[in-house]
Amino acid sequence: MRITDMTAVSLAAAIREGKTTAVEATQAMLDRIEEEDKQLNCYVTVNKEGALRQAARVQEKIEKGELSGPLAGVPMAVKDNLCTEGILTTCASRILHNFVPTYTAEAVLRLQEAGAVILGKTNMDEFAMGSTTETSAYGVTRNPHNTDYVPGGSSGGSAAAVAAGECFCALGSDTGGSIRQPASYCGVVGMKPTYGTVSRYGLIAYGSSLDQIGPLTKDVRDCAAVLEAIASHDDKDSTSLDRQDTDFTKALVEDVRGMRIGIPNDYLGAGLDEEVKDAILQAARVLEAQGAVVERFDLSLVEYAIPAYYTIAAAEASSNLERYDGIKYGYRTKEYAGLHHMYKKSRSEGFGEEVKRRIMLGSFVLSSGYYDAYYLKALRVKALIKQAFDKAFMRYDMILGPVAPTTAPKLGESLADPIKMYLGDIYTIAVNLAGLPAISVPCGQDSKGLPIGMQLIGDCFQEKKLLQAAYTYEVQ
Amino acid sequence: MANKISDETIEYVGILAKLELSDQEKEQARRDMGRMLDYIDKLGELDTTDVEPMSHVFPVQNVFREDEVTNGEMREQLLANAPQEKDGMFMVPRTF
Amino acid sequence: MSRQYETVIGLEVHVELATKTKIFCGCSTAFGAGPNTQTCPVCTGMPGSLPVLNKQVLEYAIAVGLATGCDITRYAKFDRKNYFYPDNPQNYQISQLYLPICRNGSVEIATEEGGTKSVGIHEIHMEEDAGKLIHDAWEDCSLVDYNRSGVPLIEIVSEPDMRSAEEVIAYLEKLRLIIQYLGASDCKLQEGSMRADVNLSVRELGAKEFGVRTEMKNLNSFKAISRAIAGERERQIELLASGQRVVQETRRWDDSKGESYAMRSKEDAQDYRYFPDPDLVPIRVSDEMLAAIRDKQPEFRGEKMKRYKEAFGIPDYDIEIITQSKHMADIFEETVSLGAEPKKVSNWLMGETLRLMKEKELDAEDLRFSPEHLAKLIGLVDARAVNSSVAKEVFEVMFEEDVDPEQYVEQKGLKTVNDEGALKKAVEEVIAANPQSVADYRGGKEKAIGFLVGQTMKAMKGKADPGAVNRMLKELL
Repeated sequence: MRITDMTAVSLAAAIREGKTTAVEATQAMLDRIEEEDKQLNCYVTVNKEGALRQAARVQEKIEKGELSGPLAGVPMAVKDNLCTEGILTTCASRILHNFVPTYTAEAVLRLQEAGAVILGKTNMDEFAMGSTTETSAYGVTRNPHNTDYVPGGSSGGSAAAVAAGECFCALGSDTGGSIRQPASYCGVVGMKPTYGTVSRYGLIAYGSSLDQIGPLTKDVRDCAAVLEAIASHDDKDSTSLDRQDTDFTKALVEDVRGMRIGIPNDYLGAGLDEEVKDAILQAARVLEAQGAVVERFDLSLVEYAIPAYYTIAAAEASSNLERYDGIKYGYRTKEYAGLHHMYKKSRSEGFGEEVKRRIMLGSFVLSSGYYDAYYLKALRVKALIKQAFDKAFMRYDMILGPVAPTTAPKLGESLADPIKMYLGDIYTIAVNLAGLPAISVPCGQDSKGLPIGMQLIGDCFQEKKLLQAAYTYEVQ
Repeated sequence: MANKISDETIEYVGILAKLELSDQEKEQARRDMGRMLDYIDKLGELDTTDVEPMSHVFPVQNVFREDEVTNGEMREQLLANAPQEKDGMFMVPRTF
Repeated sequence: MSRQYETVIGLEVHVELATKTKIFCGCSTAFGAGPNTQTCPVCTGMPGSLPVLNKQVLEYAIAVGLATGCDITRYAKFDRKNYFYPDNPQNYQISQLYLPICRNGSVEIATEEGGTKSVGIHEIHMEEDAGKLIHDAWEDCSLVDYNRSGVPLIEIVSEPDMRSAEEVIAYLEKLRLIIQYLGASDCKLQEGSMRADVNLSVRELGAKEFGVRTEMKNLNSFKAISRAIAGERERQIELLASGQRVVQETRRWDDSKGESYAMRSKEDAQDYRYFPDPDLVPIRVSDEMLAAIRDKQPEFRGEKMKRYKEAFGIPDYDIEIITQSKHMADIFEETVSLGAEPKKVSNWLMGETLRLMKEKELDAEDLRFSPEHLAKLIGLVDARAVNSSVAKEVFEVMFEEDVDPEQYVEQKGLKTVNDEGALKKAVEEVIAANPQSVADYRGGKEKAIGFLVGQTMKAMKGKADPGAVNRMLKELL
């Protein structure tokens, strides 16, 4: 087996057993990136020397027996909206084209402590706003399964890098589906944990109440291992939860007997591609064959999630992105007449179209006279959506459905019509509004050979159930 | 489109958001925002009387830090990203 | 007949809290550090940084609320106030709009007519301070120092209950006293740890409706506040009298010119798009938390005055002055607890201390001499180790540098000479050298002895006990 085809956990085992080293694995990844990335453009920044240095240090620790976990020595990639001390962090935006953070995001620190080696920073939609990785200021990322197609987004670089073997696993962030949807399009596993499970400290905010960091991996075992490493209570993040049940690798048990799985009728209706639908229902039958109890039900309110989400996310984003003003870091326009002109020119030149569109919408829905009608209304609908899920989880252990209505679209087809693009988030977005965990697992390919993903959604804190079901499905 | 966004609104939101749009971008923004608001208006179909706005999903409360100095000096690192600096400070167009 | 106008004033008072660290990060709040040396990713708005509330800020805010009779909000939140300005690194300020921590309180102030009046407190909320902007004339630009960015503030918003500059000053002094007594802030206007924005409108006497108000900023002394109120009242009356309208706006007071100007600009939309900060979680004030803060409330001025009267037997006037400052009252009590006689301590405070404060234009909060040293000085006087003029001299040094009076007297050789032989010798020499005065005294001019005492003190280089000199002279004459 080629080293680049190994999973993260199997690589770590091979390193522990002395069959290979962290440095060899890192070099293999760097070579692979060198080979592939000119075409795919998964990375914004490759941390070549830094990664090799880090790998050497990790290898030493492994040999001394100071590091032995399932990620020790594993080279991985980090989405470019996670701060990394001393390494360029751009959010795929021109406005942060030269920003080098003074500190490392808590989730990345956790991985480094577990012995992971940071290969570089992956491409994404600018400030995580988009579903295709086409809004990046640093060029589009291509889908490794077919380079005429998008990898999905916003964590498209991370998903494509995992799929292309340009890293063993990666971190992404998910505000409305930004881990699960590219995982689905690229045929890898992606998980968005319960809100508050992974510290957001060092994650460059898009929609603070919705953002959550999570893994993109080659299989479910890797997913559990990465999640276990990054889940932690953090005093620096007020919204971080103090959970005791973060030994996620314990959930890798092949058993779904008696698990109650609900498939929302609302997730199988108009707009869903027939091939995707068939693949999802086939996956459900696999779980049923293993002893799960699968039922159809009406979730309700599904069509209200997108308008509620875009109101809340745009409002928070408009505020979160105010700090990019050309004063403390990042891009400042060359010529200007006075302070306010400097602000406006720097921001207008520094942000891309989609980001500006959401900032404008967000500023508007918060502005005087509209706050109640739009923003508070959306927060009320959010409460209703949460109630709908609560009701569903009284009957089911998890919800099964598609991740996206279709497989990956062709490059250049999505951005022309933003609303149509937003509609593609219909099955992922409600999960963020309700703070729930959800996982995307590959479940086949369409006739074009493009991957299809199945989504399992759990109640708050039920990551283990999801991992267990996903693992059981995967081994079949 | 039910929501007609005026030029004044686009101008006003541009001031709030500190964005300067070209005429073409303004036209685009008017259309986009109008369409988005039409779409958001769908929320009006739901009766949310007596529903509390939910800003936080979990009832996490009272997260505090103790009043103890934990940070040392890091001026050089922080200023290293500044487009312009002088005398240990961030330089900006005059504000007075 | 010209119309009569009434001035209606409400205040927004910002008080910088006396915490060791900032409101949302572990940076020091110490005054006077080099620019940007007390900053971190949080208080400079670095991407990815997140705020965590300093518990002490909440406790101080609740303590001030309790002391001003407010209802404490049991479920409070922080909101973001969005506006672009370089002193505000995130371009939003974390503040409280929808659920402020305290509401609906009041304080009593004395009126000019000798009565009392209640000034309502609409709300008290917690928020973060902004950084400092410095103009750089060489480069024609501004420079930003974020050391103050994130320093905790409470904003106390009064009802429009005041009608004159005198009432405003009385209200501010009352607030200052309460907050100083709580130890929640030193409340220095000049240094900016207490700042007041004045909302002012005028209306015809007897009118029911309020007029259109303006908000005046940049008022950093009681005098500036008085002048700004007089100036703005006049400006508004002139506008109304000439048939014009007052525009609701924020104005900046220029105390050196004695006038204000509007701070408006097209870029300043005053639409702050407040919304709950998703990075901070709600505050639930429990009964236990409230009880604990209530238990820690100090003795306030009224109670203190009563206790002083009963325990120390010093004059009402002294009590009045001493308790006007928590700091001075602390000095008083600690000095007394070290064994000094209350009346003597009070005399030092009422006499030399007030004199030097006036001379050097200092606040009671600026007093730096320690109770230990004052007690020692009183001890030296009691023991007749120094005479009163030497004591005053020593106190002046203590006032400036807080020297140990015992050491100082020793080092400078200021101790009263209690050597009877030396004194007798000096007195004899003075008698011999001043026959005229001796004759005058013996001839019945009692006053002449004063001159002889002075001469003897001079000969003793001031280190004699004047009483002893007096006795010795009388004896020998």
